[in-house]
Amino acid sequence: MDGAHDMGGVAWSDPVQPEPDEPPFHAEWERRAFAITLAMAMPGGWNIDMSRFAREDRPPKDYLSKSYFEIWLAGLERLMLERNLISSDEVEAGHSLHPVKPVAKTLTPEGVAGMLHRGGPTERAAMRPAYFAPGDRVRARTIHPPTHTRLPQYVRGHAGIVERVLGCHVYPDSNARGAGENPQWLYTVTFDGRELWGDDGDPDLKVSVDAWEPYLEPA
Amino acid sequence: MTGHDDHDHHHHDHDHSELSETELRVRALETILTEKGYVDPAALDLLIETYETKVGPRNGARVVARAWADPGYRARLIKDATPAIAELGYAGRQGEHIVALENTPALHNMVVCTLCSCYPWPVLGLPPVWYKSAPYRSKAVKDPRGVLRDFGFELPTGTDIRVWDSTAEIRYLVLPMRPEGTDGWSEARLADLVTRDSMIGTGLPKQPHEIA
Repeated sequence: MDGAHDMGGVAWSDPVQPEPDEPPFHAEWERRAFAITLAMAMPGGWNIDMSRFAREDRPPKDYLSKSYFEIWLAGLERLMLERNLISSDEVEAGHSLHPVKPVAKTLTPEGVAGMLHRGGPTERAAMRPAYFAPGDRVRARTIHPPTHTRLPQYVRGHAGIVERVLGCHVYPDSNARGAGENPQWLYTVTFDGRELWGDDGDPDLKVSVDAWEPYLEPA
Repeated sequence: MTGHDDHDHHHHDHDHSELSETELRVRALETILTEKGYVDPAALDLLIETYETKVGPRNGARVVARAWADPGYRARLIKDATPAIAELGYAGRQGEHIVALENTPALHNMVVCTLCSCYPWPVLGLPPVWYKSAPYRSKAVKDPRGVLRDFGFELPTGTDIRVWDSTAEIRYLVLPMRPEGTDGWSEARLADLVTRDSMIGTGLPKQPHEIA
């Protein structure tokens, strides 16, 4: 979707503000929001692409006014409400009020290390050969799906070069909709800065994105 | 990333009169989910402890130091970083597929995620706020030299700059150049030169005199 999350190249006058010796969390609620989000994926049964869409699919004003972990929290609430794992009156009351919806599994303390170590590899067996090869000139398609996609707007319509073939990976555009993993070939595609930003762009800049095959056409 | 900090994160019960709406909401959610048996607070504590004390940029610094000290390791890291990094025991969530990017005098690499906050957790830990911020996500792909100036350094003209936007599940780790004057240094000492920002590409390693 064309949302406020898709920030590449958007004019933003504030400088980047590094924080010396920054801690992972800045408040106790950030710790808990982070941990609940990681833990709930197991009983909740959603995938990472559904999580990302739940975070980004909101009005720009809302997305831009929330801090990072506030967005996580809003996304998590939405995923749980959609699946009737919690209800609004429970959030209001601060307690469980309704019968527990059975879930397949939950995260135990003993399971934490294994869950983190396994992660969620996305490479899958290829069902057909890759259409593109390193060195091929390709164009990022001009697409504007209302659903989740990982093709940023700033490369759409622009031509670049396939630099690496990264294997066949779970396709977020399908996976986020619950339409299956639908694995697709993934490529690193590299664009000249001036192709993206015009003659005023940095002449010594190259930018790459990792793009699934359906995002690309021969150029 | 050593030891516990002072935050009192095992006591959620005491009364605060000035909790924000967000704090109250998180507390309500954790209560509901715990009552329903969906989350175990001990598992939550362990997740937090892992990313506050075990998984952080010291991991990545060890990878970089080994690559500086051991040409064979460096070659394996550049060829296929995921197994090379696993040799040091770092693997898993948000680092399932890692690619290492070697800086040279002619090329500076910088990593961003314009769409969210993708970041190689097993080697760098959780991303800093600036990495997730709108200014970084918007400017990195368009004016990376300007971003570097925000970090206080000027990339020499003539050095090419390459920005990697982490739009898929590939995670990127920058291998910065080894500082001069470090011949014969042990890996442990070299690791002390490696900053988090130098592994994102928004900074350089420390110079030997800075850690003397």
